[in-house]
Amino acid sequence: MNTKFTTDTKLESEIAYFENINLKLESGDLIDSFKLAFKTYGKLNTDKTNAILICHALTGDQYVAGNNPITGREGWWSRMVGPNKPIDTNKFFVICSNVLGGCAGSTGPKELLNGSDVAYGGNFPSVTIKDMVKAQSLLIESLNIEKLFSVIGGSMGAMQALQWVIDFPDKILNIIHIAGALKHSAQNIAFHEVGRQAIMSDPIWRNGKYFENDEVPERGLSVARMIAHITYLSENAMHKKFGRKLQSRDIISFGFDADFQVESYLRYQGKSFVERFDANSYLYLTRAMDYFDHDETFRKNIEFSHNPNDHLKYLIVSFTSDWLFPTIESKMIVNQLNSLSREVSFLEIDTNKGHDSFLLEEPQLDDVIKGFLTNNFAKIDE
Amino acid sequence: MNKINSIRKDWSLIETLIAQDRKILDIGCGDGGLMEQLENNRNAITHGIELNRDLAANAIARGFNVVHGNAELDLSQYSNNSFDYVILSQTLQAMMKPKDILSELLRIGSKAIVSFPNFGHWKIRLQLLISGKMPVTESLPYTWYDTPNIHFFTIKDFLNLCNEMNIVIEKSIGLTSKGRQFDISESITGVNFFTHEAIFLLSYKNFEPIKIKSSKKVFAKNSVIAN
Repeated sequence: MNTKFTTDTKLESEIAYFENINLKLESGDLIDSFKLAFKTYGKLNTDKTNAILICHALTGDQYVAGNNPITGREGWWSRMVGPNKPIDTNKFFVICSNVLGGCAGSTGPKELLNGSDVAYGGNFPSVTIKDMVKAQSLLIESLNIEKLFSVIGGSMGAMQALQWVIDFPDKILNIIHIAGALKHSAQNIAFHEVGRQAIMSDPIWRNGKYFENDEVPERGLSVARMIAHITYLSENAMHKKFGRKLQSRDIISFGFDADFQVESYLRYQGKSFVERFDANSYLYLTRAMDYFDHDETFRKNIEFSHNPNDHLKYLIVSFTSDWLFPTIESKMIVNQLNSLSREVSFLEIDTNKGHDSFLLEEPQLDDVIKGFLTNNFAKIDE
Repeated sequence: MNKINSIRKDWSLIETLIAQDRKILDIGCGDGGLMEQLENNRNAITHGIELNRDLAANAIARGFNVVHGNAELDLSQYSNNSFDYVILSQTLQAMMKPKDILSELLRIGSKAIVSFPNFGHWKIRLQLLISGKMPVTESLPYTWYDTPNIHFFTIKDFLNLCNEMNIVIEKSIGLTSKGRQFDISESITGVNFFTHEAIFLLSYKNFEPIKIKSSKKVFAKNSVIAN
C-alpha cells in the first residue's frame, strides 16, 4: 500500500492519500486513488492499545473536538471528547476521519476526478457504509495501529461501528453504538427521499453539475436540512422550545413570513447548513444510510464469521424520544447478541431531546460511556 | 435485621452455592453489587438485567455487562443453557408469572438460584391472624396497595411447585428472622413456620444437556433426556 500523509493548513486536518489502491466498492465500482481527511486527539501509547475511532453522523465531519475551521465553531462532540471529558484524550488516542463520500476534505463528489480539473459531482460512484468502513480500516492500518480499543458512533456513526464488528472484528475490542439500528427503516428512507427530491428539484442542481457555474442549489439543500432537522428533534422538545411563540412580532402577519419561532429556527438551520455542506454529498450519504441493512444478516455474520468475534464488548444506547432510531431497533441488536451470549450492555436513556440527544447534554450518556471505556481499558491494561 | 444487611447475607449465601469460574446471569442485578462480589470471589463471568434505569446506568458505568430491561419480557432472548447459574434474588414474588419465570431460569441456566421471603413465617401468620390486616414486616415492608410483591407464597407452596415442574432442589438454605442459618431439607418440623427467608439451588437434574463441540463452538440442547 502506498500511503502519503500531508497536513492541510486551511482545513486544519491531516490528509491521508491512498494511491493506486484500486478500492473496490460494494457497488462493484473501483476507485483507484482516494484521500481521507482526519483529525487526531491525544497521544498513542507505546503499546498502541489506546486508539479509539469515532465515526461521525450524516452531516458530521472529522472535527469531533477543538475548532472546526469550516464553521468557525467548536467540534461536534466537544462536550464528549477532550482532556478529562468522558472520552478522555489524556488517556486515549482519538481518531476521527471524514467519511468516504463526505465533503470536509475526504474524497467525495465535491473533490476533483483523478487527474482532471472537474469535480466528480454526479459521476461519483455510489458509496455504502461498508465502503466507508473499508476506507477507515485502511487509514488505521496506515497509522500502524493493529487493534482499535474502541469504535464509537451515533446514528450513521453507529452503523459504521456495527459494520466494523461485521467486517473487522479482529481489529477492534469493543464498540459503543448510540441511537442506531440494524437497518434504515422505511420511514427513514422516506424522509431521506423527500430531502433528496428537494435538492434534485432545485433548478440549480442540474444533475449534480452546479459547481460548473460556481453555484449551489441552496434552496433544495436547505429544505432537505429543514425536513431532516425536524426528524432529529421530538414533538415534545419542539413544543418546549418553541410552542406557538411568534418571531419578532406581536401578532400574526396573515402571510407566509416566518411568523412562528419554529419556522425562523428551521430557516436558520437550513441556511447555515448550505454554507458548510455539499448538496451532492448529501445525496450520496443519505443513500448510503438507506442501503444499510443487516436485519437478516447480522446474527449470521456474528455467529458464523470466520473472523473470531467472541471477545467483543458492546455498549448499546438508545433514547426514549428518538423516533428515527427508536429503542426497539437497538433492542433487536441486544437480543441477537444476547442469544449468542455476547458481552453486551444496553441502556435506554429517558430524554425528550429526540434523536439528537447523543450530541446534547445527557449526563447518563456521559456516565456510561466514560465507565464502559475506563473499566474495559483497565482490564486490558492489567 | 435491616434490609441492607439482609441483602448482604443473601449474597454471601448465594456465593457459597456457586463454583469457581462460572458464567452467571443476575436478574434484577441493581448496580452490580452481587456481580462484583462474584467476579472478585468466584472469578465469575457475569451478566445482569435491571429494570430500573438509574441502577442499570450505574452498573454499566461501573463496568458490568448489564442490559436495561424487563426480565419477564427479555429472558426469551437468551439461548438454552447459555449460563451456568441464573440468579433471581428476592424478586420471584414480584413477577407477573412466577411459574413461567422459573422454567425460563432453568432453560437458560444449567442451575438456578432463587431466594424469596417466606410468607409462611410465624410473624406474618400471627399478624394476619390477630390484626386481620395484610402483614407488613422487614422483608415484606410494603402496604398492600403499593407493594411490588404480587404473588405471595410460602416454602411449602414453592416446594409443591418445584415438584410439579420436575425441578430438583439441590440445596436449600433457610434463615430465621434473627439471621440464623439452617438446611431446610434436613429440618423436618416447623420449617415453614420459622424460615424468614429461603434460598434454593435448583436444576433439572435428570435432564443432562448434550453439548456438541466443534473446533470453535459449543452447541447445547437441553431437550434431550440423558440417563
